[in-house]
Amino acid sequence: MKILVPVKRVVDYNVKIRVKPDGSGVDTANVKMSMNPFDEIAVEEAIRLKEAGVASEVVAVSCGVAQCQETLRAAMAMGADRGILVQTDVELQPLAVAKLLKAVVEKEQPGLVIAGKQAIDDDANQTGQMLAALLGWPQATFASKVVVTDGKLTVTREVDGGLETLELPLPAVITTDLRLNEPRFATLPNIMKAKKKPIDTLTPEALGVDVTPRLATLKVEEPPKRKAGVMVGSVDELIEKLRNEAKVI
Amino acid sequence: MKILVIAEHDNQKLAPATAHALGAAKALGAAADVLVAGHGCRAVAEQAAKLEGVARVLLADSPALADLTAEALAAQALQIAKEYTHILVPATAFGKNVAPRIAALLDVAQISDIVKVIDADTFVRPIYAGNALATVRSGDPVKVITVRGTAFDAVGEGGNAPIETIEAIAESGPTKVVGREVTKSARPELTNARVIVSGGRGLGSAEKFHELLEPLADKLGAAIGASRAAVDAGYAPNDYQVGQTGKIVAPELYVAIGISGAIQHLAGMKDSKVIVAINKDPEAPIFQVADYGLVADLFQAVPELTQKL
Ligand SMILES: Cc1cc2nc3c(=O)[nH]c(=O)nc-3n(C[C@H](O)[C@H](O)[C@H](O)COP(=O)(O)OP(=O)(O)OC[C@H]3O[C@@H](n4cnc5c(N)ncnc54)[C@H](O)[C@@H]3O)c2cc1C
Ligand SMILES: Cc1cc2nc3c(=O)[nH]c(=O)nc-3n(C[C@H](O)[C@H](O)[C@H](O)COP(=O)(O)OP(=O)(O)OC[C@H]3O[C@@H](n4cnc5c(N)ncnc54)[C@H](O)[C@@H]3O)c2cc1C
Repeated sequence: MKILVPVKRVVDYNVKIRVKPDGSGVDTANVKMSMNPFDEIAVEEAIRLKEAGVASEVVAVSCGVAQCQETLRAAMAMGADRGILVQTDVELQPLAVAKLLKAVVEKEQPGLVIAGKQAIDDDANQTGQMLAALLGWPQATFASKVVVTDGKLTVTREVDGGLETLELPLPAVITTDLRLNEPRFATLPNIMKAKKKPIDTLTPEALGVDVTPRLATLKVEEPPKRKAGVMVGSVDELIEKLRNEAKVI
Repeated sequence: MKILVIAEHDNQKLAPATAHALGAAKALGAAADVLVAGHGCRAVAEQAAKLEGVARVLLADSPALADLTAEALAAQALQIAKEYTHILVPATAFGKNVAPRIAALLDVAQISDIVKVIDADTFVRPIYAGNALATVRSGDPVKVITVRGTAFDAVGEGGNAPIETIEAIAESGPTKVVGREVTKSARPELTNARVIVSGGRGLGSAEKFHELLEPLADKLGAAIGASRAAVDAGYAPNDYQVGQTGKIVAPELYVAIGISGAIQHLAGMKDSKVIVAINKDPEAPIFQVADYGLVADLFQAVPELTQKL
């Protein structure tokens, strides 16, 4: 079975982002970019399924600007076998990404897609579900445990009240939650090897997908700042403030 | 404008998040139909009918909907979706699972996690863990929207909407729920609690997490939350996690104990009315958002606080 893993290039989770003064967006020039952390978890899960003999090939796919190649190299350094770049300079929204991924799925015929549950830049939490819907495939979102046995998936999901376990047939789409696994670090030899692994470059036009954005961003601004608080010197003072100043207890 | 709200429930009880989604419908300025799709869920429809701002409750009852899977719920919603201009769903694990399927099959963008309604087409939503707010406009004929509960007041009771039974789907799709592990707790639900006591890695162990936080939460009538590090370390179950990728909360009082204040954690709680931080490191970033900060060893300060309250 082939596994397809969509990986997104995002601002590194450690970066404190800055809103551009003209309100047109977030400054992403000269900031560190990395693979979306949930996608690292997805790559790790796919590689583990390959190591366990369940999967035969792991293909990473990224949609966006030319530099997404770096994200694909990072996935291949972890152990993905090859990469597909759907290259475009257009601002991609989740529906467009889902349509591009659908076209790639039709070409590659994977038995399973493992995506991240959300990208930490736009926090949309949509793409995997949209892809599943467009393909008419079942989905298991927010996965914290994945078991594959003879063409069937058993997935434990993190839901608001606790955990839920689903059984679904393949092919299917899974989206990863934080506690599914701990992604490995790429070793230097594997980083070197990844440089030789193949990347296919496609375009939305070649895939026949219209990626025109549906949402217009009118402005991006900073959230209101909290006013600075005070430090208290003792538990007694804390209780006094909460009772008489904040009046919350 | 015609608004549909998709009710979140477990076939027995309507989740409070639904009343917050109706709050967003109110901000749009129209009464909404509420879809209650499930099995044996008439009681849920009756609860929904009592909420303010409900035009009609549409009840779809079928064994195919019993498991409340995303596939089945989306298929049910799509039976009627095209009659509406806005489809609102709570931005909870339930809503996030279903809404994108509906949007994709309608071939429209989804607007995730809105915190403000500007007009019928324009909404504000947080991006980058709430470190920026984007104002976005949709040109799609149907707007599929998930609603951040903490940003919209829940509508009250006092309504008396009619309940209409609609034709329910017959096929459930291939996904089956084979297990549910519900965290049992007598405490208030995290996203609705007035007070939250939240613990981080500083607690050091599951034993200490419970030994220190539970008596304090009891005194304050509080729900208990946790940082990701505390959940990862097994101090608390997954549904306690507050943050960018956990639950978004905005209680009147949030007490952060042994939590450093990483941006991903702040994303989930920085809209709380009053924030208290107890941390032994005076440089901890949590103090930058705290209204009241106490630099202290939590193993001393927390029992003392509990005792003196
Ligand atoms: C204000 C604003 C400004 C923006 N500016 C830009 C810009 O300048 N340039 C630009 O390119 N985009 C821009 N975007 C688009 C945005 O960053 C996302 O690419 C898009 O909205 C997809 O949302 P998401 O990744 O949060 O989806 P989610 O649904 O949260 O993503 C879930 C998962 O889907 C997969 N996935 C998502 N996107 C991709 C991808 N591209 N390739 C492979 N897998 C993917 C990953 O597995 C990911 O974990 C902007 C968006 C906003 C709101
Ligand atoms: C993609 C992604 C998503 C994430 N999502 C979330 C999320 O949703 N929610 C979340 O919380 N995190 C999230 N994180 C993790 C986040 O980055 C931090 O790692 C996490 O919040 C740290 O938890 P903590 O504050 O408990 O632990 P630490 O950062 O280790 O802080 C522990 C604190 O306890 C204090 N302490 C220790 N001992 C004592 C003592 N005896 N008395 C007093 N104070 C003491 C220390 O001074 C320290 O400040 C995410 C990370 C990533 C990459």
